[in-house]
This record gives sequence, C-alpha cells and structure tokens, in this order.
Amino acid sequence: MATTLDINGKSVAVSAAPETPLLWVLRDEAGLTGSKFGCGIGQCGACTVLADGTPIRSCSIPIASLAGVKIATIESLGGSHALQQAWVKHDVPQCGYCQSGQLMSATALLAKTPKPTDADIDAAMDGNICRCGAYQRIRAAIKDAAGLGDAAETAKA
Amino acid sequence: MNAPVKSQELKSGSTRRELVVGATLVGGALLVGCSPGDILAMGAKSDFGAFGPFIKIGADGAVTVISKHIEFGQGNHAGLAAIVAEELDADWSKVKVEQAAANAKIYANIGIGVQGTGGSTAIANSWMQLRNAGASARAMFVDAAAAKWSLPAAEITVKDGVVSHAKSGKSAGFGDLLAEAAKITPPKTPVLKAPKAFTLIGTDRVRRKDSQAKSDGTARFTQDVQLPNMLTAMVAHAPRFGATVASFDATEAKKVAGVVDVFQIPTGVAVVAQNTWAAKAGREALKVTWDESKCQKHSSDKLTADYTDWAAGKGTLPEKTPWQVFQTQGDATKPAQGQIFEAAYDFPFLAHATMEPMNCVAEIGGGKNKLTFGSQIPTVDQLNTAKIVMTLPGKVEIETLFAGGSFGRRGNYQSDYAVECVHIAKKVGGGRPVKLVWTREDDMTAGYFRPLTHHRLKIVTDKDGYPMSWTHRVVTQSLMKGSPTPTKGIDETTVEGTKGSPYLKATPVVDAQVLMPDLDVPVLWWRSVGATHTAFVMEHTIDQLARKAGKDPVAYRLALYEKAGAKRHIAVLNLALEKAGAVTPGWSRGVAVHESFGTVVAQVAEVQLVDGVPKVGRVVAAVDCGIAIAPNQIAAQMEGGICYGLSAGLFGRVSVKDGAVEQTNFDTYRVLRNSEAPHVETHILPSGNAPSGVGEPGVPVIAPAVANAILALNGQATNSLPMVKG
Repeated sequence: MATTLDINGKSVAVSAAPETPLLWVLRDEAGLTGSKFGCGIGQCGACTVLADGTPIRSCSIPIASLAGVKIATIESLGGSHALQQAWVKHDVPQCGYCQSGQLMSATALLAKTPKPTDADIDAAMDGNICRCGAYQRIRAAIKDAAGLGDAAETAKA
Repeated sequence: MNAPVKSQELKSGSTRRELVVGATLVGGALLVGCSPGDILAMGAKSDFGAFGPFIKIGADGAVTVISKHIEFGQGNHAGLAAIVAEELDADWSKVKVEQAAANAKIYANIGIGVQGTGGSTAIANSWMQLRNAGASARAMFVDAAAAKWSLPAAEITVKDGVVSHAKSGKSAGFGDLLAEAAKITPPKTPVLKAPKAFTLIGTDRVRRKDSQAKSDGTARFTQDVQLPNMLTAMVAHAPRFGATVASFDATEAKKVAGVVDVFQIPTGVAVVAQNTWAAKAGREALKVTWDESKCQKHSSDKLTADYTDWAAGKGTLPEKTPWQVFQTQGDATKPAQGQIFEAAYDFPFLAHATMEPMNCVAEIGGGKNKLTFGSQIPTVDQLNTAKIVMTLPGKVEIETLFAGGSFGRRGNYQSDYAVECVHIAKKVGGGRPVKLVWTREDDMTAGYFRPLTHHRLKIVTDKDGYPMSWTHRVVTQSLMKGSPTPTKGIDETTVEGTKGSPYLKATPVVDAQVLMPDLDVPVLWWRSVGATHTAFVMEHTIDQLARKAGKDPVAYRLALYEKAGAKRHIAVLNLALEKAGAVTPGWSRGVAVHESFGTVVAQVAEVQLVDGVPKVGRVVAAVDCGIAIAPNQIAAQMEGGICYGLSAGLFGRVSVKDGAVEQTNFDTYRVLRNSEAPHVETHILPSGNAPSGVGEPGVPVIAPAVANAILALNGQATNSLPMVKG
C-alpha cells in the first residue's frame, strides 16, 4: 500500500502504513535523518518540518493526512540558507540534536514575519525545546538572519 | 593570586569517576601488577601515524585533531583542537576534529586513568598532553625543513601551517614536508610556547568545528545510524523499579508487520523489528506480566517525610544506614551560644532529559563486537560489553558518535542501555546490526535520576551575625550503588560543595554529616552532581544569614571569603558585580557564587515575580576557569548551564509513587523554553593558571541566585525546589 508524498520538491512513494507518523517515514524510509525524534508527542519540536510552509511536529502527523501537501525538511534548506549561516556565525548548536527543528520553526517564522519582534520569536520558538539552553543564540541568530542587527554573544575577558 | 588549578583540583573533579572505574576493574577480576590502561587496552588497535594518536596530517597539509573525548554539546572539540593548533601553528581555518576510537590506555583521561569524559575534565586533563603533541609535531616539521634546506632549525618559523625561512625566502606547507617530517624522531621534551605568545588560544577565533553539520542536519547521532540489514529494537521495561518479567505473551506483537522477533532480556522484553515504528507498535501489542514481589515501591512524598524526620533525629533509620561525618571542625560537642538560624531544604528527583533519548547500535557475533553510539566512558562500556560477549575489553570496538546531550546520563557505570543493546544484538547474532531505541517515556521513567535530597541546617551566629557553629545534615542516595565494589564510607559526590565550602572554612565549629539510604530508585550524576543541591543550600542560606544580621549579602559573603582565604571567590564576585552595574529598574537582584570542578562562578540574576512565577531577565556571570582557551564556548557553557540549572530550579521534578515515575514526557516534566530563558552576559577572569572545566560549573549557581533575588524582593526563603509547583 504505497503513499505518495511531496518531500523537498520530490514525489516520493513510501510503503509505510498510512497511520505511520511522517517522522519515521522520513527517517527510516526516505533516509532523511536530519529531522530528529525527541518526544513522540509533539512537545519538543525536534521533529519539526514544514507542511505547505507551516511548521508541524512530524512525530505526531500520520502520512495519510499529508497527501498533496508540500513537505520541507532541514535537508531542503541546502546548508547555506541565511538562517543556517547565522546559526554557524553565532555557534548556536551545542549538542545540536534539536537544531534541525529549531531551524525549521525559524524558517517558517521569517517566511511569514521577515522582521520578527521578541514576542514573535517567543511565539514561534517556544515549541522547540533545547536542553543545552542555546536559546539566547537562537534568538540572536534569528535576528541576525532577519537583518535586525548582529547581537553576537561573545565572552568578554 | 589565584590558587593553582593543577592536579589537585583535576583530581577532586574526577574523584567519582576514578572510584567508578577502579571499582569496575576490581569487579572485573583483572590482572594485578599492570596499569588499568595496559590491561584494558589489550587487543585494541594501536597503530598510529607519525605524529602520534592525537594528530593526523594529510598530503594536502590539512590537520586533523583526534579527540579522546566525546562531544555532546560542551564544545570541548573546539578547545581540544585549538590547543593542538596553537602549539603546532596550524592553519585554524582548516583544522578538523575526529572522534578517537576506544582505547583505555592511549586515550585515557589523565584524571581518571582510563578513557572517559566527565567531571568537566576534558580540557583540563588534555591541556599538557595536547600542547606536547602539537609542539612535538611542529618540531618535526621544523627539523625536516632544516634538513631539506640545509639551514639552521633555529631560523625556521611556522605560521598557519606554513614552514618558512625568512632570510632565504624558502617556505613549504605541512603537506610538502609530510614525508620528511614523518621520519623525524619526535623530541622527548618539545618546547612549548609561553602563554603570552599564544595567538589562537583565548581569542574569539576559537569557534566550534561542528556548527555547520549541526545546522544542516548532517551531524551523525546514534539515532541516525542506518546500516545494511539493520534491525531496530525497543524494550518493554518494568513499570516499577525492582520488577522483573514473570511471563509474556508475544502473539499479538509478532503479528505486527515488520516485527522480526520478541524475546526476554535481563531488563525486560525486547521487540526486534525492521524499523522503529514497527518496533514501537510491536511493543504496544506485547503483553508482559511483571513480578513485583521485590519492588520497594517508594514514593517521593514518603521519602521526603522520612528524610526530614531522619535529619531531625526522629524516626528509625534504615538498617545499615549510619550517619557519617563528612566535615568537622572545632568541638562540636560544645555548641556555641548565640542567635540560632535553622532551615531545611528539599530537592526532588530530576531526569537528565537529554534531547536524544538513550540509544545504541551493536553488532555482535560473526567475529564482530562493535558498538556505535554516544559513549561517554568507553572503557566502562567496553568492560560491561566484554563481560556479556566474553572477550577482552580492548577487543570491543566502539565508534563514538555525537550525542544529543548527556548531562551525566550516558556516563553510567552499568552501561545500562548499551548493555541492553548488546544482549539483544547477541541474541540476534551473526554481527547483524541492531539499533536500540528508547522512547522519551523509557528515558524518563527508567531512570537514572538526580537523587531526591534533604538538607537540614542549624547555625549559631555571633553578635555580628557571622556563623560560630554550623550543624549540617544531608540525606541523599549514594551515586555509587551498583558499582562492583560500592564505596565504603562517604560518597563524596553527595556532599561536594557543602564539604569544602569557604563558609564552613570560616566557621569555627562544624558538624556536617550525611546519611545515604539504599533505595531501588536508580540514581546517577546529573550535570554538576553534588552541587545541584549543595550550592543552593549554601548560597541561599548565606543570604538568609546576611539579611538576619542586617547586612548586605555581598558584603557578608566577602567578609567570609576573606576569612576563608577564598580569593578566587572574591575576584569573580567583584567582577560580576562590576559588570552588572546598577540594578535594572523594576527588577530584584540576587547573587550566588560557587566553586565546582576547579572553576569558580559568580552570577548576578535579575528577577521579577509575574503572577507569582519567577521571571529571570538578565544574568551576569563571571567565571574563573584558569586560562581561557575558547572564550566563546565558555560563554556558551555559561548560557546553557544557566538554562539547565534554571529549568531545574523553576520546574524540574520527577516524582515517584509506589515505585513508578509519574512523569513520562515533556508534557508532565516541564523544562525551560525559549521565552523563559534569561539573557546571559559572561565575563572571564583573566588567569595564568592551567585551565579547568566549564561544562558543569555554571549550572548550580543560578537557582540560588534567583532564590536570593526573591528573598530580596519579598523576604520569602525558598525551601524546596522546584520553585514553580504543580
């Protein structure tokens, strides 16, 4: 029983059962391991991908509900997206496990709100947990990518 | 002048790991007369290139630094690589980092004796080793150039990976001289740079090498391992601590498409499947009957009540659980006369809650004994695997990957989840790869936890309000349970931070004791270990004593630090306050200072109460970690450590009821989110001392700083964590 999904602009036929969450199809079947498993109940955001531009928690969305929906994963950003450049510039990641999800939430934010306020960032990013606590740099990198200034966080000796 | 941060503090920072490894070795009944590393590395590969086990240089001149330490967020790979690059004069922009293989001898943590990462020791124990490695390789290139060009070595310089002779205009890259340099005998005592000659260390150029891979989804974690023919396993774990499998019915589980096998292992019932979702569905269809006859069925509320009674000298102590003195001064039988201050503090169990739930990949059989995962103490993981597959520990191959956090969880003397995977892979057999996946629920309910802890204090103060006698009782589980030879006497990790506190040093009479009840709730070090509770108790108590004496908490601290000779504490506190400047209008300020793992951290926190819930706006941190190698990453560790500590201080609570954990996921185990994170400014105290760690010392300081700000705001002390209940 094949389901056809639109993943990163490609039509992908997958054999997983229709109730299978998108995350496991992306990771185990499509080989796209950038999106991570963190909680399985849509609470941590590590699995965040875009569905027609809207961030969704792929661990909790069955593939049956995604027919005709354009799915974009971290792999679609290409590695040099403005947000990814800002992430590297600010050395945002620590363990790095949550960052794919953080970046996809941030991508959706900037697509909708090119010049976000702190309140916009709070609303867009609170669904993405970072246990390393890279939050301050995530905020700084989003602002930097949005052209809102370079709020680099560096230690002062 | 700062106190030296050399072997003494490195040792104190890693005491618990030394105990762990020592205990494990004894339990392994290994040979006598050899060093642990010699024995444990038997059978391991030890063929390294001309520049030794820490440096590889390619034909293109590119330098790769081999890290014996795992990278799970601490940024140690950046610092370790920078140490080598500095002494080698490599081109930093082209330096890469690779994870070392498991080798208990070659890649031993010098502070532990075998290979492992923990106790904030990665940089500290590698400092001289990697400086020597870099300087040695540099000398080999200089000598090779001197011979090739027939010029005096003393006139040859190295910069950014280029070897030059100014007068003759000759120059060559590392790649050009590679063959000749590889033939040079490495110097026995390479000449190291004077720290003032450093051009890379201590600069903002020392940045992470993994940020790109961790921003584009290509960084490889255990969860991402996909191998040909690989199976994925989940385990049905006992619902209560101490329960074992009585029987199970796999009929329905085996009907799930993709499920390959179901069988019992020591810790539960394994479901092995073609993919993760099938394994999960199979586990849900599995029926297991548990034998709970040996369960102790503890509950957090009862434990807290018991601990409170015991600390107050009431109730009956558990069998074979004596009070043990961990610090004593003066004559405790003659209590001082004066004002009495009494307080008690309660701390809950805490989950590490790493973003990546525990997991492991194992290939066992068919001539293979290989683990691929985020191994924090490879030597212990080798030992525990070797016992199951019956081989030499050194022959257990471990490929260490990035881990999505650890905070202590992956440094487990039982190698709990790795051993689980080994049992499954052994049963599958033939060297077929098996990936064990724990769900968040497994991760949160199976343990291990920071122990539930109670402190009780009685302090008698003099006419100026300073302590004359300090009576301190701690009740907490030992972190050493389950090691093959449990510690006799005090488990230092339960009291570190109270023991050795400058406040106790400044008090004439001290009577400090710990009680370590033995429970079946599994506990483990949790980022900053004993300091997770001791720093709170000491720092919040000091503020209360100061206010009771009508003194400013900063001045009160400084007076005690002067008395104790705690010069580094004074320096970081003054630096933090100077940088913090005036209090932001509308905010309440609290300070806290704590030394752990040889590093002293002061934090100034600005707090508001919003509908009764603390909101932390700005935190100014000052840190003395010796020579700062990667200032940007020191700042990152302060920022992250503060979030980790604040998350626990505000929200963190695992509660046990009838021997089962009540929280199962992030919906019930609340953690700090982006909008709740403070803005942290980090300032590093200039120092010429050897470096000490930064991964943990930022964590335990924030909660007491916040509690002190609330105390300043409304006079209310915080006697239990988390601050936000329910």
